Amino acid sequence: MSIKEKILYFITLHHTGLTVSGFSLALVLFPLFEDNPYTLGLTNLIAIYVIIVVGLNLFIGYAGQISLGHAAFFGLGAYGSAIATVTFGLPAWPSMFGVAVLVALVALLVGVPTLRLSGHYLAMATLGCNIVVHTIMLQWDQVTGGPSGFPGIPSLSIGGFVFDDEVRLHYLLWSFALLALLLALNLVRSGVGRGLAALAGDETAAAALGVDTQRAKIKVFVLSAVFASIAGSLFAHCYNFVSPDSFDIFASTDMAIMVVVGGMGSIWGSVIGAGLLTLLPEWIDIFENYKDLIHGLILVLILMFLPQGLMTGLYEKITDKITLRRQKNAAS
Amino acid sequence: MLHLEEVGKRFGGLPALDQVSFSVPRGQVTALIGPNGAGKSTLINCITGVLHPTTGSIRFLDRQLTGQAAYAIARLGIARTFQNLKLFPRLSVLDNVLTGLSCEAGHSLTMAMLRLPYLRHRERQLKLRALEVLDRFDLADKSRLPVGTLAYGDKKRVELARACVAEPELILLDEPVAGLNAEETASVGEQLKQLRSAGQTLLLVEHDMELVMGIADQVVVLDSGCCIARGTPAEVRNNPLVLEAYLGQMEATA
Ligand SMILES: Nc1ncnc2c1ncn2[C@@H]1O[C@H](COP(=O)(O)OP(=O)(O)O)[C@@H](O)[C@H]1O
Ligand SMILES: [Mg+2]
Repeated sequence: MSIKEKILYFITLHHTGLTVSGFSLALVLFPLFEDNPYTLGLTNLIAIYVIIVVGLNLFIGYAGQISLGHAAFFGLGAYGSAIATVTFGLPAWPSMFGVAVLVALVALLVGVPTLRLSGHYLAMATLGCNIVVHTIMLQWDQVTGGPSGFPGIPSLSIGGFVFDDEVRLHYLLWSFALLALLLALNLVRSGVGRGLAALAGDETAAAALGVDTQRAKIKVFVLSAVFASIAGSLFAHCYNFVSPDSFDIFASTDMAIMVVVGGMGSIWGSVIGAGLLTLLPEWIDIFENYKDLIHGLILVLILMFLPQGLMTGLYEKITDKITLRRQKNAAS
Repeated sequence: MLHLEEVGKRFGGLPALDQVSFSVPRGQVTALIGPNGAGKSTLINCITGVLHPTTGSIRFLDRQLTGQAAYAIARLGIARTFQNLKLFPRLSVLDNVLTGLSCEAGHSLTMAMLRLPYLRHRERQLKLRALEVLDRFDLADKSRLPVGTLAYGDKKRVELARACVAEPELILLDEPVAGLNAEETASVGEQLKQLRSAGQTLLLVEHDMELVMGIADQVVVLDSGCCIARGTPAEVRNNPLVLEAYLGQMEATA
Protein backbone atom coordinates (compact mmCIF):
# COMPACT_ATOMS: atom_id res chain seq x y z
CA MET A 1 0.00 0.00 0.00
CA SER A 2 1.21 3.48 -0.76
CA ILE A 3 1.20 6.13 1.97
CA LYS A 4 -1.89 7.73 0.43
CA GLU A 5 -3.77 4.42 0.43
CA LYS A 6 -2.71 3.78 4.01
CA ILE A 7 -4.05 7.16 5.07
CA LEU A 8 -7.30 6.60 3.20
CA TYR A 9 -7.65 3.14 4.75
CA PHE A 10 -7.05 4.60 8.21
CA ILE A 11 -9.70 7.23 7.57
CA THR A 12 -12.34 4.75 6.41
CA LEU A 13 -11.56 2.42 9.31
CA HIS A 14 -11.73 5.12 11.96
CA HIS A 15 -14.03 7.68 10.35
CA THR A 16 -16.47 7.75 13.27
CA GLY A 17 -13.73 8.28 15.84
CA LEU A 18 -12.08 10.93 13.67
CA THR A 19 -15.35 12.81 13.13
CA VAL A 20 -16.11 12.77 16.84
CA SER A 21 -12.57 13.98 17.69
CA GLY A 22 -12.75 16.75 15.09
CA PHE A 23 -16.15 17.87 16.31
CA SER A 24 -14.97 17.83 19.95
CA LEU A 25 -11.91 19.90 19.09
CA ALA A 26 -14.07 22.46 17.29
CA LEU A 27 -16.31 22.67 20.36
CA VAL A 28 -13.38 23.09 22.75
CA LEU A 29 -12.05 25.97 20.66
CA PHE A 30 -15.42 27.56 19.88
CA PRO A 31 -15.63 29.92 22.92
CA LEU A 32 -12.15 31.28 22.08
CA PHE A 33 -13.48 32.66 18.81
CA GLU A 34 -17.05 33.38 19.79
CA ASP A 35 -17.48 35.02 23.18
CA ASN A 36 -20.79 36.79 22.59
CA PRO A 37 -22.99 35.46 25.43
CA TYR A 38 -26.09 35.65 23.24
CA THR A 39 -24.59 33.39 20.58
CA LEU A 40 -23.26 31.00 23.21
CA GLY A 41 -26.71 30.96 24.79
CA LEU A 42 -28.10 29.76 21.46
CA THR A 43 -25.47 27.08 20.91
CA ASN A 44 -26.03 25.92 24.49
CA LEU A 45 -29.72 25.51 23.74
CA ILE A 46 -28.74 23.52 20.65
CA ALA A 47 -26.64 21.22 22.86
CA ILE A 48 -29.67 20.51 25.04
CA TYR A 49 -31.79 19.75 21.98
CA VAL A 50 -29.04 17.55 20.51
CA ILE A 51 -29.29 15.27 23.57
CA ILE A 52 -33.05 14.89 23.11
CA VAL A 53 -33.01 14.58 19.33
CA VAL A 54 -30.24 11.96 19.32
CA GLY A 55 -32.30 9.81 21.67
CA LEU A 56 -35.50 10.43 19.74
CA ASN A 57 -33.75 9.61 16.47
CA LEU A 58 -32.90 6.16 17.83
CA PHE A 59 -36.62 5.64 18.39
CA ILE A 60 -37.97 7.28 15.23
CA GLY A 61 -35.13 6.92 12.75
CA TYR A 62 -33.70 3.57 13.77
CA ALA A 63 -36.50 1.62 15.40
CA GLY A 64 -38.99 3.17 12.96
CA GLN A 65 -41.57 4.19 15.57
CA ILE A 66 -43.15 7.56 16.21
CA SER A 67 -43.38 9.66 19.36
CA LEU A 68 -45.11 13.03 19.49
CA GLY A 69 -44.78 13.31 23.24
CA HIS A 70 -41.12 13.55 24.09
CA ALA A 71 -41.46 17.04 25.57
CA ALA A 72 -43.27 15.25 28.41
CA PHE A 73 -40.09 13.39 29.38
CA PHE A 74 -38.03 16.55 28.85
CA GLY A 75 -40.44 18.40 31.16
CA LEU A 76 -40.52 15.64 33.77
CA GLY A 77 -36.72 15.79 33.91
CA ALA A 78 -36.75 19.58 34.26
CA TYR A 79 -39.51 19.76 36.89
CA GLY A 80 -38.14 16.66 38.63
CA SER A 81 -34.77 18.30 39.13
CA ALA A 82 -36.40 21.60 40.11
CA ILE A 83 -38.61 20.00 42.77
CA ALA A 84 -35.85 17.72 44.07
CA THR A 85 -33.28 20.49 44.49
CA VAL A 86 -35.51 23.42 45.56
CA THR A 87 -38.48 21.86 47.36
CA PHE A 88 -36.58 18.97 48.93
CA GLY A 89 -33.13 20.57 49.01
CA LEU A 90 -31.47 17.47 47.55
CA PRO A 91 -28.05 17.67 45.86
CA ALA A 92 -28.33 18.41 42.12
CA TRP A 93 -26.23 15.66 40.49
CA PRO A 94 -27.75 12.67 42.31
CA SER A 95 -31.20 14.21 41.74
CA MET A 96 -30.58 14.39 38.01
CA PHE A 97 -29.89 10.67 37.86
CA GLY A 98 -32.61 9.76 40.34
CA VAL A 99 -35.13 11.72 38.27
CA ALA A 100 -33.90 9.98 35.11
CA VAL A 101 -34.61 6.61 36.75
CA LEU A 102 -38.13 7.73 37.67
CA VAL A 103 -38.72 9.02 34.14
CA ALA A 104 -37.50 5.65 32.82
CA LEU A 105 -40.19 4.00 34.94
CA VAL A 106 -42.84 6.40 33.61
CA ALA A 107 -41.70 5.65 30.04
CA LEU A 108 -41.93 1.95 30.79
CA LEU A 109 -45.49 2.36 32.10
CA VAL A 110 -46.49 4.40 29.05
CA GLY A 111 -44.52 2.25 26.61
CA VAL A 112 -45.64 -1.25 27.55
CA PRO A 113 -49.29 -0.78 26.57
CA THR A 114 -48.86 1.83 23.82
CA LEU A 115 -46.01 0.21 21.90
CA ARG A 116 -48.35 -2.65 21.05
CA LEU A 117 -50.06 -0.06 18.90
CA SER A 118 -48.51 1.11 15.68
CA GLY A 119 -48.42 4.15 13.41
CA HIS A 120 -51.17 6.68 14.09
CA TYR A 121 -52.22 5.07 17.36
CA LEU A 122 -48.73 5.33 18.79
CA ALA A 123 -48.53 8.99 17.71
CA MET A 124 -51.89 9.66 19.40
CA ALA A 125 -50.99 7.83 22.61
CA THR A 126 -47.68 9.69 23.04
CA LEU A 127 -49.37 12.99 22.20
CA GLY A 128 -52.03 12.27 24.81
CA CYS A 129 -49.38 11.49 27.40
CA ASN A 130 -47.76 14.86 26.67
CA ILE A 131 -51.06 16.69 27.15
CA VAL A 132 -51.61 14.98 30.51
CA VAL A 133 -48.12 15.91 31.76
CA HIS A 134 -48.46 19.49 30.49
CA THR A 135 -51.86 19.88 32.18
CA ILE A 136 -50.44 18.64 35.49
CA MET A 137 -47.64 21.23 35.22
CA LEU A 138 -50.20 23.96 34.67
CA GLN A 139 -52.78 22.89 37.25
CA TRP A 140 -50.88 21.48 40.21
CA ASP A 141 -49.51 24.87 41.21
CA GLN A 142 -48.58 24.09 44.85
CA VAL A 143 -45.93 21.77 43.50
CA THR A 144 -45.07 23.11 40.04
CA GLY A 145 -45.77 26.81 40.46
CA GLY A 146 -48.48 26.62 37.80
CA PRO A 147 -48.47 28.73 34.61
CA SER A 148 -46.07 31.33 36.04
CA GLY A 149 -43.33 28.74 36.33
CA PHE A 150 -40.80 27.47 38.85
CA PRO A 151 -38.00 29.92 39.73
CA GLY A 152 -34.84 29.71 41.83
CA ILE A 153 -33.35 26.46 40.57
CA PRO A 154 -29.65 26.34 41.55
CA SER A 155 -26.89 26.12 38.94
CA LEU A 156 -24.89 22.93 38.70
CA SER A 157 -21.43 22.87 40.21
CA ILE A 158 -18.50 20.52 40.60
CA GLY A 159 -16.55 21.07 43.83
CA GLY A 160 -17.07 24.82 44.04
CA PHE A 161 -16.81 25.38 40.26
CA VAL A 162 -20.24 26.75 39.40
CA PHE A 163 -21.62 26.46 35.87
CA ASP A 164 -23.26 29.85 35.85
CA ASP A 165 -22.01 31.71 32.79
CA GLU A 166 -22.37 30.95 29.10
CA VAL A 167 -18.80 29.78 28.55
CA ARG A 168 -18.84 27.39 31.49
CA LEU A 169 -22.26 26.09 30.45
CA HIS A 170 -20.93 25.63 26.92
CA TYR A 171 -18.40 23.10 28.16
CA LEU A 172 -20.86 21.38 30.47
CA LEU A 173 -23.73 21.06 28.00
CA TRP A 174 -21.62 20.09 25.00
CA SER A 175 -19.86 17.44 27.09
CA PHE A 176 -23.25 15.87 27.70
CA ALA A 177 -24.26 16.31 24.06
CA LEU A 178 -21.03 14.65 22.90
CA LEU A 179 -21.55 11.81 25.34
CA ALA A 180 -25.07 11.30 23.98
CA LEU A 181 -23.74 11.34 20.41
CA LEU A 182 -20.99 8.87 21.25
CA LEU A 183 -23.32 6.44 23.02
CA ALA A 184 -25.78 6.59 20.13
CA LEU A 185 -23.06 6.14 17.50
CA ASN A 186 -21.79 3.09 19.40
CA LEU A 187 -25.28 1.68 19.61
CA VAL A 188 -26.09 1.99 15.93
CA ARG A 189 -22.81 0.37 14.94
CA SER A 190 -23.54 -2.69 17.09
CA GLY A 191 -25.55 -5.83 16.56
CA VAL A 192 -28.32 -4.30 18.64
CA GLY A 193 -28.36 -1.31 16.27
CA ARG A 194 -28.70 -3.64 13.29
CA GLY A 195 -31.56 -5.35 15.08
CA LEU A 196 -33.28 -1.97 15.39
CA ALA A 197 -32.71 -1.19 11.73
CA ALA A 198 -34.20 -4.58 10.91
CA LEU A 199 -37.20 -3.82 13.09
CA ALA A 200 -37.73 -0.51 11.29
CA GLY A 201 -37.40 -2.24 7.91
CA ASP A 202 -39.76 -5.16 8.46
CA GLU A 203 -41.08 -6.42 11.77
CA THR A 204 -41.89 -9.92 10.53
CA ALA A 205 -38.42 -10.36 9.07
CA ALA A 206 -36.76 -8.97 12.21
CA ALA A 207 -38.68 -11.38 14.41
CA ALA A 208 -37.78 -14.29 12.10
CA LEU A 209 -34.14 -13.37 12.72
CA GLY A 210 -34.57 -13.62 16.48
CA VAL A 211 -35.13 -9.95 17.32
CA ASP A 212 -37.63 -9.56 20.16
CA THR A 213 -39.31 -6.64 18.43
CA GLN A 214 -41.69 -5.71 21.24
CA ARG A 215 -38.94 -5.61 23.84
CA ALA A 216 -36.52 -3.77 21.55
CA LYS A 217 -39.09 -1.03 20.92
CA ILE A 218 -39.74 -0.59 24.65
CA LYS A 219 -36.03 -0.48 25.46
CA VAL A 220 -35.33 2.22 22.88
CA PHE A 221 -38.38 4.19 23.98
CA VAL A 222 -37.16 4.13 27.60
CA LEU A 223 -33.63 5.03 26.51
CA SER A 224 -34.86 8.02 24.52
CA ALA A 225 -36.96 9.13 27.50
CA VAL A 226 -33.88 8.98 29.73
CA PHE A 227 -31.93 11.13 27.27
CA ALA A 228 -34.79 13.65 27.27
CA SER A 229 -34.97 13.62 31.07
CA ILE A 230 -31.24 14.34 31.46
CA ALA A 231 -31.61 17.15 28.92
CA GLY A 232 -34.54 18.48 30.97
CA SER A 233 -32.52 18.50 34.19
CA LEU A 234 -29.68 20.33 32.45
CA PHE A 235 -32.20 22.79 31.00
CA ALA A 236 -33.59 23.56 34.49
CA HIS A 237 -30.15 24.09 36.05
CA CYS A 238 -28.96 26.08 33.06
CA TYR A 239 -31.80 28.67 33.07
CA ASN A 240 -32.55 28.44 36.83
CA PHE A 241 -36.23 28.63 35.84
CA VAL A 242 -38.78 26.40 34.11
CA SER A 243 -42.33 27.00 32.95
CA PRO A 244 -44.90 24.72 31.32
CA ASP A 245 -44.62 26.51 27.94
CA SER A 246 -41.34 24.76 27.13
CA PHE A 247 -42.96 21.34 27.40
CA ASP A 248 -46.22 21.58 25.44
CA ILE A 249 -47.12 19.47 22.43
CA PHE A 250 -45.57 22.03 20.08
CA ALA A 251 -42.23 21.41 21.78
CA SER A 252 -42.77 17.71 21.11
CA THR A 253 -43.58 18.19 17.46
CA ASP A 254 -40.54 20.46 17.14
CA MET A 255 -38.37 17.62 18.43
CA ALA A 256 -39.87 15.18 15.95
CA ILE A 257 -39.36 17.77 13.19
CA MET A 258 -35.70 18.12 14.20
CA VAL A 259 -35.30 14.36 13.75
CA VAL A 260 -36.96 14.39 10.35
CA VAL A 261 -35.20 17.51 9.07
CA GLY A 262 -31.78 16.31 10.21
CA GLY A 263 -32.33 12.86 8.81
CA MET A 264 -34.04 9.79 10.13
CA GLY A 265 -31.46 7.29 11.19
CA SER A 266 -28.60 9.77 10.92
CA ILE A 267 -27.03 10.50 14.30
CA TRP A 268 -25.05 13.44 12.90
CA GLY A 269 -28.22 14.63 11.21
CA SER A 270 -29.64 15.12 14.71
CA VAL A 271 -27.07 17.85 15.32
CA ILE A 272 -28.01 19.53 12.03
CA GLY A 273 -31.73 19.24 12.75
CA ALA A 274 -31.43 20.64 16.29
CA GLY A 275 -29.12 23.41 15.06
CA LEU A 276 -31.20 24.42 12.07
CA LEU A 277 -34.54 24.62 13.85
CA THR A 278 -33.04 26.54 16.78
CA LEU A 279 -31.18 29.04 14.59
CA LEU A 280 -33.76 29.64 11.84
CA PRO A 281 -35.96 31.90 14.01
CA GLU A 282 -32.82 33.93 14.84
CA TRP A 283 -31.77 34.37 11.27
CA ILE A 284 -35.09 35.38 9.88
CA ASP A 285 -37.35 37.63 11.98
CA ILE A 286 -40.58 36.51 10.43
CA PHE A 287 -39.98 33.08 11.95
CA GLU A 288 -40.51 34.51 15.43
CA ASN A 289 -44.23 35.07 15.00
CA TYR A 290 -45.08 32.22 12.69
CA LYS A 291 -42.71 29.66 14.20
CA ASP A 292 -45.13 26.72 14.38
CA LEU A 293 -46.54 27.43 10.93
CA ILE A 294 -43.09 27.58 9.38
CA HIS A 295 -41.88 24.48 11.19
CA GLY A 296 -44.87 22.66 9.77
CA LEU A 297 -44.07 23.98 6.32
CA ILE A 298 -40.44 22.84 6.55
CA LEU A 299 -41.63 19.42 7.63
CA VAL A 300 -44.01 19.09 4.68
CA LEU A 301 -41.36 20.26 2.18
CA ILE A 302 -38.73 17.88 3.54
CA LEU A 303 -41.15 14.96 3.52
CA MET A 304 -42.15 15.78 -0.06
CA PHE A 305 -38.68 16.15 -1.52
CA LEU A 306 -36.34 14.31 0.85
CA PRO A 307 -38.48 11.83 2.76
CA GLN A 308 -35.46 10.45 4.60
CA GLY A 309 -34.54 13.90 5.92
CA LEU A 310 -31.82 16.32 4.99
CA MET A 311 -28.64 14.39 5.81
CA THR A 312 -29.83 10.88 4.97
CA GLY A 313 -31.80 12.05 1.96
CA LEU A 314 -28.97 14.07 0.41
CA TYR A 315 -26.48 11.30 1.15
CA GLU A 316 -28.68 8.76 -0.60
CA LYS A 317 -29.26 11.07 -3.57
CA ILE A 318 -25.52 11.51 -3.98
CA THR A 319 -24.62 7.82 -3.61
CA ASP A 320 -27.39 6.89 -6.04
CA LYS A 321 -25.96 9.34 -8.58
CA ILE A 322 -22.47 7.88 -8.15
CA THR A 323 -23.73 4.31 -8.52
CA LEU A 324 -25.65 5.27 -11.66
CA ARG A 325 -22.61 6.96 -13.17
CA ARG A 326 -20.44 3.93 -12.38
CA GLN A 327 -22.95 1.62 -14.00
CA LYS A 328 -23.05 3.85 -17.05
CA ASN A 329 -19.26 3.93 -17.26
CA ALA A 330 -19.11 0.18 -16.87
CA ALA A 331 -21.68 -0.26 -19.64
CA SER A 332 -19.93 2.01 -22.12
CA MET B 1 -36.27 -33.15 14.14
CA LEU B 2 -39.46 -31.25 13.25
CA HIS B 3 -42.77 -33.00 13.81
CA LEU B 4 -46.12 -31.70 12.64
CA GLU B 5 -49.26 -33.36 13.97
CA GLU B 6 -52.64 -32.65 12.45
CA VAL B 7 -51.83 -28.99 11.94
CA GLY B 8 -54.82 -26.94 10.83
CA LYS B 9 -55.19 -23.25 10.05
CA ARG B 10 -58.34 -21.37 9.21
CA PHE B 11 -58.63 -17.83 7.88
CA GLY B 12 -62.08 -16.70 8.93
CA GLY B 13 -64.09 -19.81 8.14
CA LEU B 14 -61.93 -21.05 5.26
CA PRO B 15 -59.43 -23.81 5.96
CA ALA B 16 -55.98 -23.12 4.48
CA LEU B 17 -54.41 -26.14 6.19
CA ASP B 18 -56.30 -29.26 7.19
CA GLN B 19 -54.80 -31.97 9.42
CA VAL B 20 -51.31 -31.82 7.99
CA SER B 21 -48.90 -34.30 9.58
CA PHE B 22 -45.33 -35.11 8.61
CA SER B 23 -41.80 -35.05 10.00
CA VAL B 24 -38.60 -33.45 8.82
CA PRO B 25 -35.72 -35.80 9.69
CA ARG B 26 -32.35 -34.37 10.71
CA GLY B 27 -29.75 -34.02 7.98
CA GLN B 28 -32.24 -34.53 5.15
CA VAL B 29 -33.90 -32.35 2.56
CA THR B 30 -37.68 -32.42 2.73
CA ALA B 31 -39.45 -30.81 -0.19
CA LEU B 32 -42.94 -29.41 0.14
CA ILE B 33 -44.71 -29.12 -3.18
CA GLY B 34 -48.23 -28.33 -4.31
CA PRO B 35 -50.12 -26.03 -6.65
CA ASN B 36 -50.50 -22.32 -5.95
CA GLY B 37 -52.71 -21.61 -2.97
CA ALA B 38 -52.18 -25.11 -1.55
CA GLY B 39 -51.10 -23.66 1.80
CA LYS B 40 -47.34 -24.10 1.60
CA SER B 41 -46.43 -20.58 2.71
CA THR B 42 -49.12 -20.73 5.38
CA LEU B 43 -47.48 -23.87 6.74
CA ILE B 44 -44.04 -22.22 6.84
CA ASN B 45 -45.59 -19.24 8.61
CA CYS B 46 -47.21 -21.54 11.18
CA ILE B 47 -43.90 -23.27 11.89
CA THR B 48 -42.02 -19.98 12.33
CA GLY B 49 -44.64 -18.31 14.52
CA VAL B 50 -45.64 -15.65 11.99
CA LEU B 51 -49.07 -17.29 12.10
CA HIS B 52 -50.47 -19.47 14.86
CA PRO B 53 -52.13 -22.72 13.81
CA THR B 54 -55.78 -23.13 14.78
CA THR B 55 -55.37 -26.81 15.66
CA GLY B 56 -52.65 -29.42 15.98
CA SER B 57 -49.15 -29.32 17.33
CA ILE B 58 -45.68 -28.58 15.99
CA ARG B 59 -42.65 -29.91 17.88
CA PHE B 60 -39.01 -29.13 17.23
CA LEU B 61 -36.28 -31.04 19.08
CA ASP B 62 -38.85 -32.06 21.72
CA ARG B 63 -40.02 -28.51 22.26
CA GLN B 64 -43.52 -27.33 21.52
CA LEU B 65 -43.45 -24.50 18.97
CA THR B 66 -47.18 -23.82 18.90
CA GLY B 67 -47.98 -20.67 20.85
CA GLN B 68 -44.40 -19.41 20.94
CA ALA B 69 -43.43 -15.99 19.56
CA ALA B 70 -41.60 -15.79 16.22
CA TYR B 71 -38.39 -14.46 17.75
CA ALA B 72 -38.30 -17.28 20.33
CA ILE B 73 -38.68 -19.88 17.58
CA ALA B 74 -35.88 -18.25 15.60
CA ARG B 75 -33.63 -18.40 18.66
CA LEU B 76 -34.16 -22.18 18.84
CA GLY B 77 -32.27 -22.45 15.56
CA ILE B 78 -34.87 -22.17 12.83
CA ALA B 79 -34.05 -19.78 9.99
CA ARG B 80 -36.16 -19.04 6.95
CA THR B 81 -36.49 -17.10 3.73
CA PHE B 82 -39.66 -15.48 2.47
CA GLN B 83 -41.51 -16.06 -0.78
CA ASN B 84 -41.62 -12.31 -1.39
CA LEU B 85 -38.15 -11.28 -0.25
CA LYS B 86 -38.01 -9.58 3.11
CA LEU B 87 -34.62 -7.86 3.00
CA PHE B 88 -33.67 -4.47 4.40
CA PRO B 89 -33.11 -2.45 1.21
CA ARG B 90 -31.34 0.49 2.83
CA LEU B 91 -28.78 -1.66 4.66
CA SER B 92 -25.70 -2.94 2.86
CA VAL B 93 -25.45 -6.54 1.69
CA LEU B 94 -23.02 -7.23 4.54
CA ASP B 95 -25.32 -5.68 7.16
CA ASN B 96 -28.26 -7.65 5.81
CA VAL B 97 -26.33 -10.88 6.25
CA LEU B 98 -25.16 -9.72 9.68
CA THR B 99 -28.80 -9.36 10.79
CA GLY B 100 -28.89 -13.14 10.35
CA LEU B 101 -26.54 -13.27 13.34
CA SER B 102 -28.82 -11.14 15.57
CA CYS B 103 -29.17 -13.97 18.10
CA GLU B 104 -25.43 -14.01 18.71
CA ALA B 105 -24.79 -10.26 18.56
CA GLY B 106 -26.20 -9.64 22.05
CA HIS B 107 -29.33 -7.82 23.10
CA SER B 108 -28.19 -5.34 25.75
CA LEU B 109 -28.52 -1.68 24.79
CA THR B 110 -26.20 -0.61 27.60
CA MET B 111 -23.36 -2.92 26.58
CA ALA B 112 -23.76 -1.86 22.96
CA MET B 113 -23.64 1.85 23.88
CA LEU B 114 -20.47 1.38 25.91
CA ARG B 115 -18.88 -0.57 23.04
CA LEU B 116 -16.89 -2.71 25.44
CA PRO B 117 -13.82 -4.48 24.01
CA TYR B 118 -15.43 -7.93 24.16
CA LEU B 119 -18.30 -6.68 22.00
CA ARG B 120 -15.94 -5.12 19.49
CA HIS B 121 -14.10 -8.42 19.32
CA ARG B 122 -17.33 -10.35 18.81
CA GLU B 123 -18.47 -7.86 16.16
CA ARG B 124 -15.26 -8.45 14.20
CA GLN B 125 -15.78 -12.21 14.35
CA LEU B 126 -19.38 -11.95 13.20
CA LYS B 127 -18.25 -9.79 10.31
CA LEU B 128 -15.68 -12.37 9.28
CA ARG B 129 -18.31 -15.10 9.33
CA ALA B 130 -20.69 -12.98 7.27
CA LEU B 131 -17.97 -12.24 4.72
CA GLU B 132 -17.14 -15.92 4.50
CA VAL B 133 -20.75 -16.78 3.68
CA LEU B 134 -20.92 -13.93 1.15
CA ASP B 135 -17.83 -15.35 -0.48
CA ARG B 136 -19.51 -18.76 -0.74
CA PHE B 137 -22.49 -17.14 -2.44
CA ASP B 138 -20.33 -15.11 -4.85
CA LEU B 139 -21.51 -11.86 -3.32
CA ALA B 140 -18.26 -10.70 -1.72
CA ASP B 141 -17.64 -7.94 -4.26
CA LYS B 142 -21.11 -6.50 -3.59
CA SER B 143 -20.89 -6.58 0.21
CA ARG B 144 -20.89 -2.79 0.64
CA LEU B 145 -23.74 -1.99 -1.76
CA PRO B 146 -27.21 -1.24 -0.39
CA VAL B 147 -29.36 -4.29 -1.05
CA GLY B 148 -31.98 -2.12 -2.74
CA THR B 149 -29.62 -1.53 -5.67
CA LEU B 150 -29.09 -5.24 -6.46
CA ALA B 151 -30.72 -7.29 -9.20
CA TYR B 152 -33.53 -9.66 -8.17
CA GLY B 153 -31.38 -12.78 -8.48
CA ASP B 154 -28.71 -11.32 -6.22
CA LYS B 155 -31.34 -10.32 -3.66
CA LYS B 156 -32.62 -13.89 -3.55
CA ARG B 157 -29.10 -15.09 -2.82
CA VAL B 158 -28.55 -12.45 -0.13
CA GLU B 159 -31.65 -13.70 1.63
CA LEU B 160 -30.38 -17.27 1.36
CA ALA B 161 -27.00 -16.18 2.75
CA ARG B 162 -28.74 -14.41 5.63
CA ALA B 163 -30.64 -17.61 6.49
CA CYS B 164 -27.47 -19.73 6.39
CA VAL B 165 -25.01 -17.50 8.20
CA ALA B 166 -25.93 -18.52 11.76
CA GLU B 167 -25.64 -22.22 10.82
CA PRO B 168 -29.15 -22.93 12.13
CA GLU B 169 -30.45 -26.40 12.92
CA LEU B 170 -33.18 -26.10 10.32
CA ILE B 171 -33.66 -23.79 7.34
CA LEU B 172 -37.07 -23.24 5.74
CA LEU B 173 -36.89 -21.99 2.19
CA ASP B 174 -40.02 -20.58 0.58
CA GLU B 175 -39.53 -20.82 -3.18
CA PRO B 176 -35.82 -19.93 -3.34
CA VAL B 177 -35.64 -19.99 -7.15
CA ALA B 178 -39.00 -18.45 -8.05
CA GLY B 179 -38.46 -15.72 -10.63
CA LEU B 180 -34.85 -16.65 -11.37
CA ASN B 181 -33.50 -17.44 -14.83
CA ALA B 182 -32.05 -20.86 -15.70
CA GLU B 183 -28.49 -19.90 -14.90
CA GLU B 184 -29.36 -18.38 -11.52
CA THR B 185 -31.58 -21.37 -10.72
CA ALA B 186 -28.67 -23.71 -11.40
CA SER B 187 -26.40 -21.69 -9.15
CA VAL B 188 -28.89 -21.68 -6.26
CA GLY B 189 -29.43 -25.41 -6.84
CA GLU B 190 -25.70 -25.89 -6.49
CA GLN B 191 -25.71 -23.97 -3.20
CA LEU B 192 -28.55 -26.12 -1.87
CA LYS B 193 -26.68 -29.30 -2.80
CA GLN B 194 -23.64 -28.04 -0.94
CA LEU B 195 -25.75 -27.29 2.13
CA ARG B 196 -27.22 -30.76 1.90
CA SER B 197 -23.85 -32.46 1.69
CA ALA B 198 -22.74 -30.43 4.70
CA GLY B 199 -25.55 -32.14 6.62
CA GLN B 200 -27.89 -29.14 6.79
CA THR B 201 -31.54 -29.99 7.44
CA LEU B 202 -33.80 -28.23 4.94
CA LEU B 203 -37.49 -27.83 4.35
CA LEU B 204 -37.77 -26.66 0.78
CA VAL B 205 -40.93 -25.22 -0.75
CA GLU B 206 -40.52 -25.18 -4.49
CA HIS B 207 -42.31 -25.28 -7.82
CA ASP B 208 -39.29 -26.24 -9.89
CA MET B 209 -39.73 -30.02 -10.25
CA GLU B 210 -36.29 -30.64 -11.63
CA LEU B 211 -34.67 -28.93 -8.65
CA VAL B 212 -36.89 -30.76 -6.14
CA MET B 213 -36.38 -34.19 -7.70
CA GLY B 214 -32.62 -33.69 -7.83
CA ILE B 215 -32.14 -32.70 -4.25
CA ALA B 216 -34.97 -33.94 -2.00
CA ASP B 217 -34.77 -37.04 0.18
CA GLN B 218 -38.46 -36.86 0.92
CA VAL B 219 -41.31 -35.09 -0.84
CA VAL B 220 -44.56 -33.97 0.80
CA VAL B 221 -47.40 -32.97 -1.50
CA LEU B 222 -50.00 -30.47 -0.36
CA ASP B 223 -53.23 -29.78 -2.20
CA SER B 224 -55.94 -27.42 -0.92
CA GLY B 225 -54.44 -27.58 2.55
CA CYS B 226 -54.40 -31.40 2.70
CA CYS B 227 -51.36 -33.61 2.61
CA ILE B 228 -52.18 -35.90 -0.33
CA ALA B 229 -48.92 -37.83 -0.68
CA ARG B 230 -45.56 -38.39 0.93
CA GLY B 231 -42.51 -40.40 -0.06
CA THR B 232 -39.28 -40.43 -2.01
CA PRO B 233 -39.17 -38.34 -5.18
CA ALA B 234 -39.63 -41.47 -7.30
CA GLU B 235 -42.65 -42.64 -5.30
CA VAL B 236 -44.29 -39.28 -5.46
CA ARG B 237 -43.63 -38.87 -9.13
CA ASN B 238 -45.47 -42.12 -9.86
CA ASN B 239 -48.34 -41.54 -7.46
CA PRO B 240 -51.50 -41.21 -9.57
CA LEU B 241 -53.11 -38.80 -7.11
CA VAL B 242 -50.17 -36.44 -7.40
CA LEU B 243 -50.01 -36.77 -11.15
CA GLU B 244 -53.61 -35.81 -11.30
CA ALA B 245 -53.52 -32.95 -8.82
CA TYR B 246 -50.24 -31.43 -9.62
CA LEU B 247 -47.68 -32.88 -11.98
CA GLY B 248 -50.16 -33.43 -14.80
CA GLN B 249 -51.35 -29.91 -14.41
CA MET B 250 -47.78 -28.67 -14.49
CA GLU B 251 -46.93 -30.65 -17.62
CA ALA B 252 -50.10 -29.54 -19.30
CA THR B 253 -49.26 -25.91 -18.75
CA ALA B 254 -45.55 -26.34 -19.53
N1 LIG C 1 -53.28 -13.85 5.79
C1 LIG C 1 -54.22 -14.52 5.10
N2 LIG C 1 -55.53 -14.23 5.26
C2 LIG C 1 -56.47 -14.90 4.60
N3 LIG C 1 -56.23 -15.92 3.75
C3 LIG C 1 -54.94 -16.26 3.53
C4 LIG C 1 -53.87 -15.58 4.20
N4 LIG C 1 -52.70 -16.13 3.80
C5 LIG C 1 -53.04 -17.11 2.93
N5 LIG C 1 -54.37 -17.19 2.76
C6 LIG C 1 -55.09 -18.17 1.92
O1 LIG C 1 -54.61 -19.44 2.27
C7 LIG C 1 -54.46 -20.26 1.11
C8 LIG C 1 -53.05 -20.78 1.04
O2 LIG C 1 -52.13 -19.76 0.69
P1 LIG C 1 -50.57 -19.95 0.64
O3 LIG C 1 -50.16 -20.63 1.89
O4 LIG C 1 -49.97 -18.65 0.35
O5 LIG C 1 -50.38 -20.92 -0.60
P2 LIG C 1 -49.06 -21.36 -1.34
O6 LIG C 1 -47.91 -20.79 -0.64
O7 LIG C 1 -49.09 -22.83 -1.31
O8 LIG C 1 -49.18 -20.85 -2.75
C9 LIG C 1 -54.83 -19.38 -0.08
O9 LIG C 1 -56.13 -19.70 -0.45
C10 LIG C 1 -54.76 -17.97 0.45
O10 LIG C 1 -55.72 -17.15 -0.18
MG1 LIG D 1 -46.48 -19.51 -1.25
